[in-house]
Amino acid sequence: MKHRKPVLDRRKAVADILKERRNALVVAGLGAPCWDIAAADESPLNFYTWGGMGGAAMIGLGLALAQPRRRVLVITGDGEMLMGLGSLATIGVQQPRNLAVIVLDNERYGETGMQLTHTRLGVELAGVAKASGFRAAGTIYSAAQLKTWIPRLHRQLGPVFAAIKVTAQPAPMVLPVRDGATLKTRFREALLGAKALE
Amino acid sequence: MLRAQQVRQVTYVPDSGHARLIELVRADRDMRAIPLTTEEEGVALSVGAWLGGEKSVLLMQSSGSGNCINMLGMVQECRVPLPMLITMRGEWGEFNPWQVHMSLATAPALAAMGVVLRTVDSADDIGETVDAALRLAYNTCRGVAVLIAQRVIGAKQFK
Repeated sequence: MKHRKPVLDRRKAVADILKERRNALVVAGLGAPCWDIAAADESPLNFYTWGGMGGAAMIGLGLALAQPRRRVLVITGDGEMLMGLGSLATIGVQQPRNLAVIVLDNERYGETGMQLTHTRLGVELAGVAKASGFRAAGTIYSAAQLKTWIPRLHRQLGPVFAAIKVTAQPAPMVLPVRDGATLKTRFREALLGAKALE
Repeated sequence: MLRAQQVRQVTYVPDSGHARLIELVRADRDMRAIPLTTEEEGVALSVGAWLGGEKSVLLMQSSGSGNCINMLGMVQECRVPLPMLITMRGEWGEFNPWQVHMSLATAPALAAMGVVLRTVDSADDIGETVDAALRLAYNTCRGVAVLIAQRVIGAKQFK
């Protein structure tokens, strides 16, 4: 299959998605997706991961099942998603209606020297998601496609999956809170109120 | 016990020792049984469940504990409660030599990640130990594993 060169800017894509988030809960996969989300829309209802590579989609599943009335967006990278491919199958089995998994796919391990990932070498994540039982799954290459996908990411019956092909151009680092217990506590307080500290 | 604790999400890669428990969870309207492709998925899910205000439990056999190690760092860093009910293989009348290595490493590897360990050697002690482990995990927000000895479950018969 001929390679199609990514053209979208990751920072702009994330900003466009989060502009429409309303009260959605966001799980950020480790590395650049954390900086993108912190830059676009810092909030206590963002849970940033600084480790546990491969776990972002499963954090999203646990959260989506616990909070069925809230939209849950997992925004992660291609390397992180590839490490937890099995979680797409696990999500497919559970069919959470309120979960969207969004991969910012630059086809690189961006934090370690821009080595190519499997997505540059023929692996199509949306195909895996579709075959795993996601109700909607697609690969987004253009701004026009992204525009039609944004309402789906926020509202279509899930599980929804989108791989957004973004350039390997790094954006300035915007570092969010990194203490895990603090991230957890502020998220729970914002979501659950006083019950969070019982 | 899981009902009394209002556990909502029960994740597992099954072992024969969990078969009855998984059936009971599947039959319970208030609990969701969540089969995994690998055990570390259950570790990550516990973080999401807790962020959303729900309790989870992870069921696996000893060989699966090795798959969880890096992900357990997230549970401990974020102080998330994660009780794990682990049935041991490779330690009592085992037939399969490939099971022995992770069996030997289960307790030291989990301990190295700061997980609190309790071992059960007789069926009579399981209830009390699991109850104590659940309370310890949810009340103090950390990983707690109950290692259920192979002596209690019995070795798998290869015939």
